[in-house]
Amino acid sequence: MQYSSTPILQYFAMAVSSLFAAATFHPDSLSGNFFRFCREKPLGALAGGLLLVMVLAAVFAETLATHDSIRTDAEHTLARPNHAHWFGTDNLGRDIYSRIIYGARVSLAVGIASTLLGAVVGGIIGIVSGYFGGWLDLMTQRIMDILQGLPLLVLALVMTAALGPSIGNVIVAISVPIIPRAQRVIRASVLAIREFAYIEAAKALGVGHLGIAFRHVLPNTVGPFIVLMTAQFGSAILVEAALSFLGLGVPEPYPSWGRMLSVSAAEFAQKAPWVVLYPGSAISLVVFASNLLGDAIRDKLDPKLRGA
Amino acid sequence: MHIYLFQRLITAFLTLFGMSVVIFVLLRLVPGNIVDILFSSAGFVNPAAKEEIARELGLDQPIPVQYGRWLRDIAHGELGKSYRYDIPAWQVIKPRIPVTVELALLALLVAVLLGVPTGVLSAVRQDSATDYLLRLLSLAGLSMPSFWLGMVIILLLVSWAGWIPAMTYVSPFEDFKAHFLQFLFPALAVGYRSSALIMRITRSSMLDVLREDYIRTAWAKGQRERIVVFGHALRNATLPVITVIGIEFAFMIGGLVVTETVFNLPGVARYLVDAILWRDYPVVQNLVMFIAIVVVLANLTVDLLYGWLDPRIRYQ
Repeated sequence: MQYSSTPILQYFAMAVSSLFAAATFHPDSLSGNFFRFCREKPLGALAGGLLLVMVLAAVFAETLATHDSIRTDAEHTLARPNHAHWFGTDNLGRDIYSRIIYGARVSLAVGIASTLLGAVVGGIIGIVSGYFGGWLDLMTQRIMDILQGLPLLVLALVMTAALGPSIGNVIVAISVPIIPRAQRVIRASVLAIREFAYIEAAKALGVGHLGIAFRHVLPNTVGPFIVLMTAQFGSAILVEAALSFLGLGVPEPYPSWGRMLSVSAAEFAQKAPWVVLYPGSAISLVVFASNLLGDAIRDKLDPKLRGA
Repeated sequence: MHIYLFQRLITAFLTLFGMSVVIFVLLRLVPGNIVDILFSSAGFVNPAAKEEIARELGLDQPIPVQYGRWLRDIAHGELGKSYRYDIPAWQVIKPRIPVTVELALLALLVAVLLGVPTGVLSAVRQDSATDYLLRLLSLAGLSMPSFWLGMVIILLLVSWAGWIPAMTYVSPFEDFKAHFLQFLFPALAVGYRSSALIMRITRSSMLDVLREDYIRTAWAKGQRERIVVFGHALRNATLPVITVIGIEFAFMIGGLVVTETVFNLPGVARYLVDAILWRDYPVVQNLVMFIAIVVVLANLTVDLLYGWLDPRIRYQ
């Protein structure tokens, strides 16, 4: 490795550990029903397995990659896929297979981290807004309507334009459009939970607002939260790909799937189709898997929305 | 209907006002001064020129005054000056509008023509092989980046037909066929993605309606399938579909940003990217506001269409 991958690894570790934290939060519905989920939703389970493989590939990129992902090789530019370069090489002679493996690290980390950030911030806003209600709710909801009104990619574009390209800023830029969508889902379930008798009981026992909101309401929003995360994860990956494609996403030298498809790579597409085919397939496959998994989980957790 | 129209107009106006605040604040997050960025990227060297730019942009004024001036300029239709081209931004944007509008409408047409019939078919044949296939296809549409799909379409055209659409803009008055083909493929790439959402919502909305009593009655009296599905069910299933079409229109503008770049079409969306890359911030601010206006107008149209299609909504 010629460049430091520590910031990415940090984001990645943060993202993965928080996912586990979220999973253990609700052990019954996730681990207990794991096998039943596999039996009833084989396609969803398959998609989950595929995502897991991708995450493992990202984690063990050093072992799995056959070449240095950023080393250029002037003698083997635009090489056809062969036994040395499984997916061929790009216009600078970099091995596309290794770049996809390392790119998984960047793309998945950015996807997971931005989804988590957007969902957590949106979740907190949704809980506060839904629990307290009144004018606070009204104001918050109008602001969220405005944020949601702007096209996702345009908002992310403006954010990166304002913040400048760096991995952290890209994560923030992608997470901002997720906030209004996340808070809407969480707020809706908070509004329903707020009316339950046990909340009234907690109030009668003198539990404070924060205690009720985060101790008694929050755990019951985990279902919608997980559905939301899987749904937004796919779109976060797509937005990252588009931003990087336009040269506004993850900066060099980090290989990201979107950057591999960037405008400069597109110029070589007709001579060397593998330059665009493989990275694009990687993006599509991950987003497809997360959409399938998201649909399956939603069907299980929220039967009302089935098929929607 | 008048009260409904009035309420909708007020909401749309307030939303636009809010969006203008959001856009203004977001672009003020720029680390450092806009002038410094313009200064370094435009290659000015004279420090006096720097102050002049600051004055010209009104950056020497307090933030609320800057905001007020910006709103006033927009109200007067002044979109500021492009520092890249050194001409009023409006002159750069204006010829680009028809390109984006044409592409967006064509893509929307593709999306509706592809999404609605497949959604209906999928709902009518629920849980059949056709249903699963169509749902997988639509999910695939949601999963592919539309710009990548555009690249793949170009590659396929090259290898199968040995031909690609013109990569420089062709005016419809010059050569209509070349112009149409140039727009058709990007519209397919963007439209396929949008058709997936339309298909999913059509399917679920049709499934709801098909379970209603009056549909069972229609079947029971021996009505033909075509009439039950299209005459009775689809009519009542269109409302959610229209909402999604309205929302999709906003998303489509996002999709166009990249697709116009892939197919090298000189549209508004692509100009936004160029302006960001050139750090032409006054133009970025105005273009995003322009897009916001288009989005709000699209949503307003959908709301009004609602009131017209479903008389119950007017009285709420």
